[in-house]
Amino acid sequence: MNLPTLESINLLAVLPVLIVFGWTLVLLVIDLFIPSGRKYWTAWLGILGLLGAAVALAVRFIDARGAAVTAFDGMLTVDGFSLFLQAIFILTAVIGILLALDFLPRHKIERGEYYILLLFTTGGMMIMSMAADLIVVFLALELLSIPLYILTGFARPRADSEEAAMKYFLLGAFASGFLVFGIALTYGGTGTTSLVGVFNQLAEGEPSRDLALVGMALILVGFGFKVAAVPFHMWTPDVYQGAPTPVTAFMSVGAKAGGFAALMRILIVAMPAVGEAWGMLVAILAMLTMILGNVVAIAQRNIKRMLAYSSIAHAGYILVAVSAAQRPEDAPLAVSAAIFYLLTYAFTNLGAFGVVLAVEREDGSGNLLEDFAGLGRSKPVLAAIMTLFMLSLTGMPVSAGLVGKFFVFQAAINASVGNPWILAAAIVGIVTSVISAFYYIRIILIMYMQEGEPQVVLKPALTVALALTALATLILGIIPAPVFQLAKDALLTLVG
Amino acid sequence: MDSLFALIPLIIVFPFSGVVIGVFFGRRLMPHKDSIGPGLVASILAGASFVIAVLMFIALQGHPEGVEVPLATWMNITAGDRVLDIPWTFKIDTLSSVMMLVVAGVGTLIHIYAIGYMQGDIDEQIAKRGFEGDEAFDFKRRRYSKFFTFFNLFLGSMLVLVTANNYLMMFVGWELVGLCSYLLIGFWFDDPVKGVYNSESGKKAFIVNRIGDFGMLIAIMLIFWTFGTVQFDDVFARAECMQAESQEACLTVSAGEAVHEEAEGEHGEAARPYLTPVALGKIGTVTLGVVVTIITLCLLLGATGKSAQIPLFVWLPDAMAGPTPVSALIHAATMVTAGIYMITRSNVLYAMAPISGTAVAIVGAATALVAGTIAVAQFDIKRVLAYSTISQLGFMIAAVGLGGYVAGIFHLATHAFFKALLFLSAGSVIHGMEHGHHHAAHHGHGGDDPDFDPQDMRYMGGLKDKMPITTWVYIIGSLALAGIPPLAGFWSKDEILLDASLNNQLVYVLLSISAFFTAFYMGRQVFMVFFGRARTEAADHAVESKPMMTTPLIILAALSVLGGLLNLPGLHSLAHWLEHSVAHAHTAEFNISIAAISTLLGLIAIGLSWLLYGRKPVEAGQADPLRSTGPVFTFLNRKWYWDELYDTVFIKPYVWLGEFLAVTIDWKFWHDFVHDRIIGDAFRGWGAILSQPIDQGVVDGAVNGIAQLVDGSSQELRKTQTGYVRNYALAVALGVVLVLGFLAFRFLM
Repeated sequence: MNLPTLESINLLAVLPVLIVFGWTLVLLVIDLFIPSGRKYWTAWLGILGLLGAAVALAVRFIDARGAAVTAFDGMLTVDGFSLFLQAIFILTAVIGILLALDFLPRHKIERGEYYILLLFTTGGMMIMSMAADLIVVFLALELLSIPLYILTGFARPRADSEEAAMKYFLLGAFASGFLVFGIALTYGGTGTTSLVGVFNQLAEGEPSRDLALVGMALILVGFGFKVAAVPFHMWTPDVYQGAPTPVTAFMSVGAKAGGFAALMRILIVAMPAVGEAWGMLVAILAMLTMILGNVVAIAQRNIKRMLAYSSIAHAGYILVAVSAAQRPEDAPLAVSAAIFYLLTYAFTNLGAFGVVLAVEREDGSGNLLEDFAGLGRSKPVLAAIMTLFMLSLTGMPVSAGLVGKFFVFQAAINASVGNPWILAAAIVGIVTSVISAFYYIRIILIMYMQEGEPQVVLKPALTVALALTALATLILGIIPAPVFQLAKDALLTLVG
Repeated sequence: MDSLFALIPLIIVFPFSGVVIGVFFGRRLMPHKDSIGPGLVASILAGASFVIAVLMFIALQGHPEGVEVPLATWMNITAGDRVLDIPWTFKIDTLSSVMMLVVAGVGTLIHIYAIGYMQGDIDEQIAKRGFEGDEAFDFKRRRYSKFFTFFNLFLGSMLVLVTANNYLMMFVGWELVGLCSYLLIGFWFDDPVKGVYNSESGKKAFIVNRIGDFGMLIAIMLIFWTFGTVQFDDVFARAECMQAESQEACLTVSAGEAVHEEAEGEHGEAARPYLTPVALGKIGTVTLGVVVTIITLCLLLGATGKSAQIPLFVWLPDAMAGPTPVSALIHAATMVTAGIYMITRSNVLYAMAPISGTAVAIVGAATALVAGTIAVAQFDIKRVLAYSTISQLGFMIAAVGLGGYVAGIFHLATHAFFKALLFLSAGSVIHGMEHGHHHAAHHGHGGDDPDFDPQDMRYMGGLKDKMPITTWVYIIGSLALAGIPPLAGFWSKDEILLDASLNNQLVYVLLSISAFFTAFYMGRQVFMVFFGRARTEAADHAVESKPMMTTPLIILAALSVLGGLLNLPGLHSLAHWLEHSVAHAHTAEFNISIAAISTLLGLIAIGLSWLLYGRKPVEAGQADPLRSTGPVFTFLNRKWYWDELYDTVFIKPYVWLGEFLAVTIDWKFWHDFVHDRIIGDAFRGWGAILSQPIDQGVVDGAVNGIAQLVDGSSQELRKTQTGYVRNYALAVALGVVLVLGFLAFRFLM
């Protein structure tokens, strides 16, 4: 094995994630000197660091012109796919901080660690999107997960927050076990943890295939847990409900995107040889996820739980796109559909949680559907924005959600030639979209048709976050082509 | 080209700018209730138009052949192989100059008269409605400026009609004057007593004219299809060309290369039929003679509408519902002569269609007689004049039908003078009567008779002492109308009779009888109104009108006396003037016996009227001496039952047909049977089947079933969410087993 050189480490290519981690470490120190009650300085400094990372990302994007390079001796791949996803992570983190800015002091849990943990998990997600080795994948997953466990329990001493954190941690550890086992089996089958190596070994032939197949299945279970796919979703409602709402918003988007980033890279880049098997498995999981998520969401009375099931359902739609990537020729379209969907989902879901935050009360109540009654009269603009998010989640016109769903189903139907499972998944997706209209539009109905006196607290940071997300949802819904072109150019590549 | 001709657009710009001023500033021109601002502005603009008309007349002295002044491109449409290219071009020739002078000149005088008349007329309306103070002032201001806005609009429209160089532009003016007529007849549509009648009269005029306009439109379309143009000169040049050549050869002929000399040479044999085939678009091929006959008959239909001839004359008597200046200007002097002008303008076509010419003459003569007899038995002072107008228009139509275009236009001009004079004088009488009525009512002399009608001659009598100027000008107008030499009417009527005696004996006889009646009913009117003793308090207290009103009367009286100078026998100045623009103009030489006969008839009629009405004046409450004729008088008084005839022949069947179509066909058959029974019941039947067993049973059952299934499973599935981590972990483990089991089953075995 060659010793790593400065060239093979290629620090420039991973500059964004280095900025995030480096700045976070610095911030950890700075935070010590920021008096409590002024922790919003930490937040704004955190946003500053994220903006720095964004600038580095943009420079990298312009510099690379679509070319993929490796870093850390082939441990990381910097390609269009990872750049696109890193952009989503940074965006999510920025909005996540904006959502928390007012929330934490209101709920008297304002501590600087919040922002630092959030930046750490963001860094983990960014590495996840670049990981080109199964070991790095595992590292990134833990880096992503552990700060999230802490953030979930951040509202201590609130019992439901602590309980949620404990559940999330236990089940997360359980799922990680399956992931590690899957990685081990894959290593056993192919003799390598490098994705390039796995690809080569599987391409060569039979002997290693069966073990790798079981490994793939267990890796799928591990990520299925992260992205909240049925039947590994059980933690989701409890954790989403118990976690402080800004954390819920952040993890419903970020953690899911991180999970999908690694899952897609492993399955699509390293394991096209067993594509038929994972394609079918993913399609079945997608169907189960969409059906269960959408159906159970109907019965929810708590908006955070409802949005938890909604997020499960949306994981199902993205899984449809993943399954559509089982053949290398269909992969580019399917991958671009998946990451575009992740982007639209990020904006819409963050925005929806933003409205939930505005209606939520200090004592943690105000999360029931009834609490939205009368919003249409007392806060018409807020209600209109919520309507937009709900329509977008349903997949109604003039919203990003429609476009996202359109591209996913287009990719699925495109890839379904000769593969009835994907076609079935697409059909289930369309049918469950109709079912989903029931509980999304119910919110609109409650806001406009029922009398009520919602207590709304709308601070500047939250307003900015809502405006950003609403605008993005609308613009992506009306002129999606430029951004979708970026997603199409964001190729998932195998470099080694 | 004389540079004066370039001023021609101003002749319509002035009155139309008056419309704009009236619409936007009319009320502001009237700062207090007696101010005459709107009327003054309108009159000045009308006078300015007259000045332009005079300038055109002067300019024409050097260019009697006339000029065309293009203003703008109006329409340019390609239709098949024809190009419809119509510029908005003014035609200034000797004929249109005569019309411009009459229209603008008489129009100006009537505008000035109306300044005073409308003040009183509106005050009368205010009194009827009991308006006071600001309300009265606002009402007066609105109506006064509105009247003059309409009046100026009419004048401009009429000048568009007579200055057009093509049929379509003329048609625009034709329609615009019709609109003004409608607006002004119904000017008092809100009169508390006669409002409904007034608006009905306006509607009647408008609808009856639609029939005539339909004929006009057909004629214009046929002209375009036949000759490929609608511009007068080109149409006539091509028509004459087509007599000798084929249609194709002539479609490019334009007025510049007109074959006038040839046509004049041929004039004597105008009766020969023209057998040149003419292709009428997709309709087919007919001979030129047939097409021209159809065209000219359609034009005649148009003329009977606008110029109130049989069968469409019935609107004109009711048009008297408008204020008197309207009757004078529109329904006596100008608009109603549009038909005569149009036929004269189309003289080339009429010369080619002798049948149409004869038809025109017969229609005119018959109208003259019928209307003349009806006038004898009317009591309303304006109604008598209305029937007289119809009768005189019949004279003109008869004249142009016989080819006596000069006589027709001559009579048109003189008639404009004396009939305007008579109407305005009648207006002055009405004014005086109303004044007297108020005076009597004010002094408790029993003047509060609710049936009092200031226009009814039976309530008048003895006005000559109260209204001397009006009386004298009225007598002058009557003598002129009666055709007593040397007044204007004598010369023009004599010329018509002369033409008739030479061309068509039947027409001559009809017209002579009508001339007799004319003199009789005018004598009857003068004796009834001005002589004898006052039959009511109102007549006893009538007063002379203001100078603002009497001055135009005196001018018009002078014109009525001297109008004959236009075309005195031997001089024939009008004939020489018109021959530049009317190819088929001709004038017969003065015939002393014709003149003597008509004068004698007139004098006998006047004498007869004196015997009946002058020698022993009719007393209050006494029946009309003509009542002794019994049913004849009733027949005439009821206007030959024309309205009843139309009511029976057209209106009732029309209403019946409308009812039939609406009630029986549309409602009972179409709505009740087809829609309700066939479509509706079938639909409801199918709907019942589809909705109850199929939709509610099968479809809704399925949908609700699914919904219940979803809801139920939702409720059931959420129970799996126990909250225990062990259960969740078990679920994950089971998931793993399932995944692996699936793999093992599907891919490993």
